[in-house]
Amino acid sequence: MSVITYRQALRDTLRSEMHRDENVLLLGEEIGVFEGSYKITEGLLKEFGERRVRDTPIAEEGFVGAAIGAAMLGLRPVVELMTINFSLIAIDQIINHAAKIYGMFGGQTSVPMVIRTPGGGGQQLGATHSQNIELFYSFIPGLKVLAPSTPAEAAAMLRAAIRDDDPVLFLENLGLYNTKGEVPDEEVVAEIGRAAVTREGTDITLIGYSRMAAVTTRVAERLAEQGISVEVVDLRSLRPLDRETIVESVKRTGCAVIAEDDWLTYGIGAEIAASIQEGAFDYLDAPVRRVAMAEVPMPYAKPLETAAMPSAESITTVIHETLSAVGRRVG
Amino acid sequence: MSDSTAHEEPELIQLLTPEGEFVQHPDYPLDITPEEVRGLYRDLVLVRRVDAEAVALQRQGELGLWASLLGQEAAQIGSGRALRPNDMAFPSYRDHGVAWCRGVDHKQLLGMFRGVTNGGWDPAEHGFHLYAIVIGSQTLHATGYAMGVQRDGAVGEDGTAVITYFGDGATSQGDTNEAFNFAAVNNAPIVFFCQNNQWAISEPLERQSRAPIYRRAAGFGFPGVRVDGNDVLACLAVTRKALRNAREGQGPTLVEAFTYRMGAHTTSDDPSRYRPSAETEEWKLKDPISRVWSYLAANDLADDAFFAAVDAEAEELGERVRRDCRALPDPAPLDIFNEVYAEPHTHLERQRAEFADYLASFEGAEGVVR
Ligand SMILES: Cc1ncc(C[n+]2csc(CCOP(=O)(O)OP(=O)(O)O)c2C)c(N)n1
Ligand SMILES: [Mg+2]
Repeated sequence: MSVITYRQALRDTLRSEMHRDENVLLLGEEIGVFEGSYKITEGLLKEFGERRVRDTPIAEEGFVGAAIGAAMLGLRPVVELMTINFSLIAIDQIINHAAKIYGMFGGQTSVPMVIRTPGGGGQQLGATHSQNIELFYSFIPGLKVLAPSTPAEAAAMLRAAIRDDDPVLFLENLGLYNTKGEVPDEEVVAEIGRAAVTREGTDITLIGYSRMAAVTTRVAERLAEQGISVEVVDLRSLRPLDRETIVESVKRTGCAVIAEDDWLTYGIGAEIAASIQEGAFDYLDAPVRRVAMAEVPMPYAKPLETAAMPSAESITTVIHETLSAVGRRVG
Repeated sequence: MSDSTAHEEPELIQLLTPEGEFVQHPDYPLDITPEEVRGLYRDLVLVRRVDAEAVALQRQGELGLWASLLGQEAAQIGSGRALRPNDMAFPSYRDHGVAWCRGVDHKQLLGMFRGVTNGGWDPAEHGFHLYAIVIGSQTLHATGYAMGVQRDGAVGEDGTAVITYFGDGATSQGDTNEAFNFAAVNNAPIVFFCQNNQWAISEPLERQSRAPIYRRAAGFGFPGVRVDGNDVLACLAVTRKALRNAREGQGPTLVEAFTYRMGAHTTSDDPSRYRPSAETEEWKLKDPISRVWSYLAANDLADDAFFAAVDAEAEELGERVRRDCRALPDPAPLDIFNEVYAEPHTHLERQRAEFADYLASFEGAEGVVR
């Protein structure tokens, strides 16, 4: 067991997977000499050379498309997109090709590739560079979407993604790269499609993923001091979605709040809320509530950006409101 | 493929040598008065000063980010001064020199990088669109605008030409190549002004293009020209001609201004990690300002009093930039709802009301982040 950052966990995993499998190669803007916009690929060009670590031109559609072709030939490309925002330029290749080729070619060829990319606001990068649009990919049959929130999960899930034969969108987060946590020394390969109860509690279920999973844990710790017992569910995988874990938790607590870094209307939380009412309707003591971004393009000014993003305070407020609704109903 | 074109030295249009010698070019004759050259010198010095102040302000936490134009002043001032009031420019994010030529006030520019406004200036008023950060996207917008100009019949001497600015890295992007093709097929009145500053963050030109950039134009069916991007006179002459061709219905031109990014990509970058300082040293000798100084001084076109006055003006401007930047007011949290839709939107109004209630609930409370 060692304590390392989320960034280091990703880097160590890329490195060990590249040693394990000659077919794993990295493609992306600025990932070689510059070692990645967020330094995830530090040292890898030096260690593996240009054959395995390739700086690409600024052409997201181009290198994602080329990676798909390489994957169809049996390579295992791991593509880095500087941020998930630039996946929009490559979205036709991702949705119309990576996700469809296996089916449309009658299962003749799979597309074993990974697209690693960070989402996340809060870094003052402006409206076109701060979006959380993982929903687009979570919506698509044929894709898998993983969203780890801790260093240990980042390692185990990236390993699983690279070894998986389907295209995986691997969502990182700018706000998580520097966070630290324990990572086992042995190689753990995550099971794709499992959520986790990361903290047990009895009063309310609080659901998040990626950066929000980390925020919800902090909220739960703070509320514990006030005698409120919050159960925290980290979705970890947005597609496939582990409805059972969510529903079972809500059956135990009788109410739920979802915290998401995307926009509310049609967001990931809407799907979770629908799943809860389908699976645990009779157990609910209060309406399921969602805390999300203000529905505006992300402002660039720091105070406005802070105002637009969901926060520990806004989540806490909604938890209190939900619990008082439960009190009215139950008490 | 044996490709000789990639290796043969392309012609570089130059009117002012790095030593400050003025040599006319047969294809780009430039008729310019000493007063006009002094004006360009002043522009160059002042935009370099605004830029340096902005870098310093970012270091002090007064701006979120800044992309320095250091080294690219001549490309921007030369092309910017070639524009007429009727013309329209679609910039990238480093084009503060063009903004200067288009009369954009430094407060408006800094306000955007400080994040107190998303808009900054009125594009119609200045003939200068807002900055584009998604690489290459503005080339298509400019092309569409140029096609609109064409449709309006705004051609001829009093017509409108469109110019769009982008980098060497942007030439890899599909958008840019689609813009080239669109403009060519439609014979749109546009100038594609590529500032080839040799670097796209850490990636050198070899990563983006094997052929010299200006030669791509031939494949799309319009002329391309490489100009010394550190030569303000050459940039002026070449851009003027390209704009005139556009106005007169002769379609697009690709101008590759061969220059160098002397500073970091942005204030969050450290170029010493990826590029040799020898290269920067070499480009220092081709400085865009010192050659104009040499030309003016050696030919007695400006005296010491002129140079001293420009320096004093730069000092005074620097001081104003610092003061104005710090005085820009922070926006209020509820402003996030102001510029989402041009038309009223009920859903948004509801959110605004809810958010106002939420903010009010903290009134008087201590230590709350929002
Ligand atoms: C579509 C897209 N991909 C990636 C980026 C990240 N990025 C910002 S600036 C830049 C380099 C651009 O280089 P160039 O076009 O040469 O312009 P310069 O910065 O040198 O002026 C990159 C890759 C972006 N903003 N947009
Ligand atoms: Mg460049």
